[in-house]
Amino acid sequence: MGVSRRDFLKLSGGTVLIGTLGVNLDPAKVYAQELRIKNAKQSTTICPYCSVGCGIIVYTENGKVIQTEGDPDHPISEGTLCAKGSSLVQMANNDTRLGKPMYREPGGTAWKEVEWDWALDRIARLVKDSRDKSFKTVEKGFVVNRTEGIAHIGSAAMDNEECYLMQKLVRSWGLVWVEHQARI
Amino acid sequence: MTNHWIDLKNADVILAMGGNPASNHPVSMKWIMRAKAKGAKLISVDPRFTQTSAKADLYAPLRSGTDIAFLGGMINYILENNLYFREYVVNYTNAAFLVNQDFRGPADLDGLYSGYNEAQRKYDKTTWSFQRDENGVALKDPTLEDPNCVFQLLKKQYARYTPETVSNITGTPLDKLQAVYELYGSTGKPDRVGTECYAMGWTQHTVGTQNIRAMAIIQLLLGNMGMPGGGVNALRGESNVQGSTDHGILFHILPGYNPVPNASLVDLATYIEKTTPKATEPGSVNWWSNRNKYITSYLKAIYGDAATAMNDFGYGWMPKLDVGQNCSWLNLFDNMLAGKFEGFFAWGQNPACSGANSNKTRTALSKLKWMVNVNLYDNETGSFWRGPGMNPADVQTEVFMLPCASSVEKEGSISNSGRWAQWRYKAVEPVGQSLPDADIINELYFRVKQLYQKEGGAYPDPVVNLFWDYGERDSAGKVKHVDIHAVAKHINGYYTQDVYDTSVEPPKLIGKKGDLVKSFGLLRADGSTSSGNWLYCNSYIQVDGKPVNMMARRGKTDATGLGLYPEWSWSWPVNRRVIYNRASVDLQGQPWDPKRPLLAWDATGKKWVGDVVDGGPPPMGQSGKLPFIMKPDGVASIFGPGLAEGPFPEHYEALECPLEENSMSSQRINPTIKIFGGDSDAFYSCDLRYPFVASTYRVTEHWQTGVMTRHCSWLLEMQPQNFCEISIELAKELGINNGDTVVVTSGRGEVQAIAMVSERFQPFKIANSTVHQVGLTWHFGWQFPEDGSGFDSANLLTPNVGDANTMIPESKAFMVNVRKA
Ligand code: SF4
Repeated sequence: MGVSRRDFLKLSGGTVLIGTLGVNLDPAKVYAQELRIKNAKQSTTICPYCSVGCGIIVYTENGKVIQTEGDPDHPISEGTLCAKGSSLVQMANNDTRLGKPMYREPGGTAWKEVEWDWALDRIARLVKDSRDKSFKTVEKGFVVNRTEGIAHIGSAAMDNEECYLMQKLVRSWGLVWVEHQARI
Repeated sequence: MTNHWIDLKNADVILAMGGNPASNHPVSMKWIMRAKAKGAKLISVDPRFTQTSAKADLYAPLRSGTDIAFLGGMINYILENNLYFREYVVNYTNAAFLVNQDFRGPADLDGLYSGYNEAQRKYDKTTWSFQRDENGVALKDPTLEDPNCVFQLLKKQYARYTPETVSNITGTPLDKLQAVYELYGSTGKPDRVGTECYAMGWTQHTVGTQNIRAMAIIQLLLGNMGMPGGGVNALRGESNVQGSTDHGILFHILPGYNPVPNASLVDLATYIEKTTPKATEPGSVNWWSNRNKYITSYLKAIYGDAATAMNDFGYGWMPKLDVGQNCSWLNLFDNMLAGKFEGFFAWGQNPACSGANSNKTRTALSKLKWMVNVNLYDNETGSFWRGPGMNPADVQTEVFMLPCASSVEKEGSISNSGRWAQWRYKAVEPVGQSLPDADIINELYFRVKQLYQKEGGAYPDPVVNLFWDYGERDSAGKVKHVDIHAVAKHINGYYTQDVYDTSVEPPKLIGKKGDLVKSFGLLRADGSTSSGNWLYCNSYIQVDGKPVNMMARRGKTDATGLGLYPEWSWSWPVNRRVIYNRASVDLQGQPWDPKRPLLAWDATGKKWVGDVVDGGPPPMGQSGKLPFIMKPDGVASIFGPGLAEGPFPEHYEALECPLEENSMSSQRINPTIKIFGGDSDAFYSCDLRYPFVASTYRVTEHWQTGVMTRHCSWLLEMQPQNFCEISIELAKELGINNGDTVVVTSGRGEVQAIAMVSERFQPFKIANSTVHQVGLTWHFGWQFPEDGSGFDSANLLTPNVGDANTMIPESKAFMVNVRKA
């Protein structure tokens, strides 16, 4: 019988388990780990990288991710992760993540931060203008009702529900140039 | 995947070809190793000795782009040595079907099939058909002797693929070739099962689809389809590329693989009539005959109450393609370069590094009036205007970069390669002001709609009639935040009115208005049900009146011992874990291999036990129902007339290749591929300037273009920059040392990399000459690390030519030169 890390922590009797695990876990280190996540809230997630779909436990404290590790209950990954999945904590806490919408004007040489409201209104305006200008009702005698002047790609990095909303939205705008990662 | 990850443990032989699971799907290796621990054998066939090869019992090299030759030789070996599973082949495939007498194949026509039109680079497929009786039922010869039967035609075509001919094309040593054929061919017995794992190593070729077809034919001959431990398994690249494909973010499909309407399908009735396959085989279940239910329920989900029988359920609002119009990726960027688009969304994707021929892509972006990039990080696409060779002042594109939430900052489901839709929970608030993609989509929906409501404009109907009841609204009527559960339930589908079974007296209530539909078998074509994606109907159901999110389940029972875990998350369709599982049993419904009881017919209880059976009827021996329920003929297609280049796969060289001639025929390249002819579309074959075969690939530490991994310091430290892997022999010839910076050039661009001189590439002996192959990763880009130390994307080199069916680019076989920087 395998002993998962979480069982191990529940039992938290370090020395008793060394023999069972067949590895010489340094009890001091384990204790330190335990302290770190002791008051943390746990939630489960699935790795955002490849399509194996490994399970990950996210430990949060005071609204911050403090640790991520393999979910021992997950039947595919059984607590293991590869280098990418093991680094998930670095995606949640990363100084280079974008925190605000950014904008570059035509011919501009730098990004500037803008407000969401402004950016979204401006994009909506551009969508409408390009759609109105390029909308084709009839082609070669057949009704086509499509927008020819806007294209869309993405994304396999979104959740299913978001993918569904995405195709729903862009098709309501009349887009037919709709593609994403699956074509690569 | 036809099967799923854990199922790899049930195989006797695992063929990793066209994929390198140890590096790219690392945790899947756990299940391959578990199979090995029980005595299974792992075969790795790859141009390079990979991490998977290092764990393999048998490794065979092959030159990039020659997989059909390799697999064609295996088909020949299986047929010559009678290794095929006869009962399966006769009953479950179209091997016995008689083909049109005018059909001719590559053995007769020097590499072509009958019906080729050279000017159009296209086939007239009239002769690629079956002989049928007056009722349309295919004529068959169950003895497989008729010279016109599929089996004999297969034999005739692949008799040309002798080990010597194959080895001369692939560069695989003869003894290795024989060893692979023998080992894999051993799985044709009912109690031996082989599986195949492929990834981009098969798809990214001008013959990509036919690579996979060749393997499907092998799996059918050996009786490995539908079996636990069998199947043809696409190891998909992204965490949710299975789901995003299922949900139709592609030009040609709507959610659930319903085709996107074209202009000739003028109304819903015509759409249904023309896109529903007709079955003439008496035993065919022909599942797609339910198309009317799925498309009508989809339209109800899209337009809600606005979709009525009176207005054709809003079908007219849907955008239509021209007949035959292809809006796929390579065409999209070709049109963008020609200035055809004003606006462009690059959402959660980095095409400036991911698409083939990145220089063309990057230049194309500069022709846009506006572009929106949504991502976690700045990247080469969002910042294209300040990239290499760009003068920002000259680029007139208005660019938006919108920050989205990461996977732990929102909730929702993703579908892994094994079709398991698994739920993720929100752990923390999004970083800074970033928003979940769903909320960004919601904002844009509302704002564009508002503009149309206020100002009118071109055909506002589809915009203003969209159903969007996905959460609590603010005073202006905007959904404040998308309730993901509400979306998931709408994807599953609802009864839009009370539905009764009127076949009984008094009529019995099946579903009440507002109830979740339990499974797609209950969807209806009259507008009384909605379902955003019929394939996901059953993913969010009602138990005792309460909604149950099947995707969030964490049950660990495994009654069959085969690792199905039917109570863990949810698998489409209807929680079936192995698709085509009806082919895993004999005509009486008993497992071909009693040691692997995926499914069995319980004759006393008159029910199936095990996995969720593929279609309900009793076994074929009793009901006459054929096992491949999605195929109109009810059996699997060894002869597959649907593809562009032929009903069987034939070896053609890559568009860019080191050989003047194809030794199988005088058709050097796939006769049906589209060849772009613009200034930025350069292709060079047998050109001294580009003498080496190249391939792109990935490493464990990075993911795709690296946007989500280059920013993780641990991962960047392990793999800091692009490298070019070169054989010891070639390095010597070129005077390159391990660790030197090199410049790799192709007809389309150049990229720097660090030379990694290794034994993992060995020169190939092809047609009495030596062919060298090199490889590069495509994980890097100029934008990050900001000092440029990672170098740029290998896709600066790759050719923008696509597979004739899918238009997936040929990034795995092209020609380059390498020099010291
Ligand atoms: S941990 Fe590694 S193997 Fe598992 S899903 Fe993530 S990237 Fe894939």
